[in-house]
Amino acid sequence: MARRVTSRRVWVSTGAAWFFGFVIFLPILWMVLTSFKTELEAFAMPPTFLFFHWTTENYATVQGRSDYVHHALNSIIVAGGSTLLALLIAIPAAWSMAFAPSKRTKDILLWMLSTKMMPSVGVLVPIYLIYRDFGLLDTRGGLVAILCLGNLPIVIWMLFTYFKEIPKDILEAARMDGATIGRELIYVLTPMAIPGLASTLLLNFILAWNEAFWTLNLSTLDAAPLTVFIASYSSPEGLFWAKLSAASTLAIAPIIILGWFTQRQLVRGLTFGAVK
Amino acid sequence: MMKSKEVVLATQQTQVLGRALLIPAVALLFIWMIVPLAMTIYFSTLHYSLLDPGTESFVGLENFRYFLTDPAFLTSLQNTLVLVGSVLAITVLLGTPLALLLDQPVIGRSVVRLMVIAPFFVMPTVSALVWKNLLMHPVSGLFAWGATLLGLTPIDWFTDAPLFAVILIVAWEWLPFATLILLTALQSQDEEQKEAAEMDGASALSTFIYLTLPHLARPITVVILIETIFLLTVFAEIFVTTGGGPGLQTTNIAFLIYSQALIQFDVGNASAGGLVAVVIANIVAFFLVRIIGRNLEA
Repeated sequence: MARRVTSRRVWVSTGAAWFFGFVIFLPILWMVLTSFKTELEAFAMPPTFLFFHWTTENYATVQGRSDYVHHALNSIIVAGGSTLLALLIAIPAAWSMAFAPSKRTKDILLWMLSTKMMPSVGVLVPIYLIYRDFGLLDTRGGLVAILCLGNLPIVIWMLFTYFKEIPKDILEAARMDGATIGRELIYVLTPMAIPGLASTLLLNFILAWNEAFWTLNLSTLDAAPLTVFIASYSSPEGLFWAKLSAASTLAIAPIIILGWFTQRQLVRGLTFGAVK
Repeated sequence: MMKSKEVVLATQQTQVLGRALLIPAVALLFIWMIVPLAMTIYFSTLHYSLLDPGTESFVGLENFRYFLTDPAFLTSLQNTLVLVGSVLAITVLLGTPLALLLDQPVIGRSVVRLMVIAPFFVMPTVSALVWKNLLMHPVSGLFAWGATLLGLTPIDWFTDAPLFAVILIVAWEWLPFATLILLTALQSQDEEQKEAAEMDGASALSTFIYLTLPHLARPITVVILIETIFLLTVFAEIFVTTGGGPGLQTTNIAFLIYSQALIQFDVGNASAGGLVAVVIANIVAFFLVRIIGRNLEA
């Protein structure tokens, strides 16, 4: 028997949920609205909510500045590169632990996890000095490497939980039919692993796109992704709100859309399987 | 069932291959963990300033003595604890009712859920600047407008209550995380158990206290531990809004170490501070890893 739900209760919970959802979303909504105002109206007091002169000139200005495109490209290269590199290293490792586990697999997994818990700031000094001495400061390669290592434990962990769900009987059956390891990987495992791979890729792209410790400390201009570009708006306080909003909207819109698709994987990825 | 020779062979092959495939990831993570940490430990025993190169000398535990007795350390430790504690309290105390609400029949629930989750995907530098300027500006911010509507004097957030302002920003970023995880946990709750309780005449409150709350105990613990790990090293939000100030009012341990390393260029002292941060994080990590490990066996 389904629980009886009175229509009054539905209306009350609907009203409350929409109210709180709106309050939480308000800063983002306000930012998007401001991005369509003139700089003058962005400061207007009392603020204008919908009835202002809508303009897209801020987007034109931001896009027109060659440096925005440069930093956006850096974000794509750094986030994409570090994610792909991490997948390349993590797929074999996760495959190995899921399909050829040993007595130590659990310890290795937990040890990998514990490396993620080391605070970045604890190794800031040596990393900064190593990067300085090897000429890696403010290079895309340097950022790709550090973000890849930082996210590697999460990537391995997520892939492991996905691979674990693939029934082993299927592999046995394939082997009975005389499939070699190579064929088994390509024809049996890969198709079944693609959804897990896709969501791992997506979540880690998001994490790398938003990473703001190493990017702020290890890049300034040439390799600086959008996190650093936006941070540069903090110095001339309050002069370019509309342009700041337009640049911010462009920087977060693709990620919010990707994020909405991956909300379920988010839980799995960020709690290391502790909450399902 | 007898396994054919091919299957046994393939299984052995898998075992050998498995070891080999694990090596790159393990080696990389091992180097990533050991090399910088060893260097931090080494630097922490040196007098080593980038402004004064070539004068490195061994000073034993002098840096630790200096770092731990520096009044800035106690202030930043206190700020760290207040920041972590407040954000945890806000996200769990608001996240739990919010998750319960979203677990109810709500018209357009998926849209509401999207609105609630969105802040988590905003990059920290954007969140911090949007809050600082568009919302918290003492003259032109949305909050100032709201305050005047209510006949109150607008607060100059980053002058009068800087740490609280940072706490609000960070709590806004992490509230979606807590809500989403608690909501996921609620959706796996046994509906039949709740129905049975209701049919036995249990009130909504006692159903919540005796069934839902115990069910949420573990997810809440996980939320607290994971958030703590990340909140101990909040950096970007402070970096773009206050720069640790005014004075030391918003300097946490992470920001203190950053300023010693990259503003004062005192490598030895910053390394000692870094190790203190590692120890604090490890205490939390110890409990988190135990919980996750227990779950791995189940």
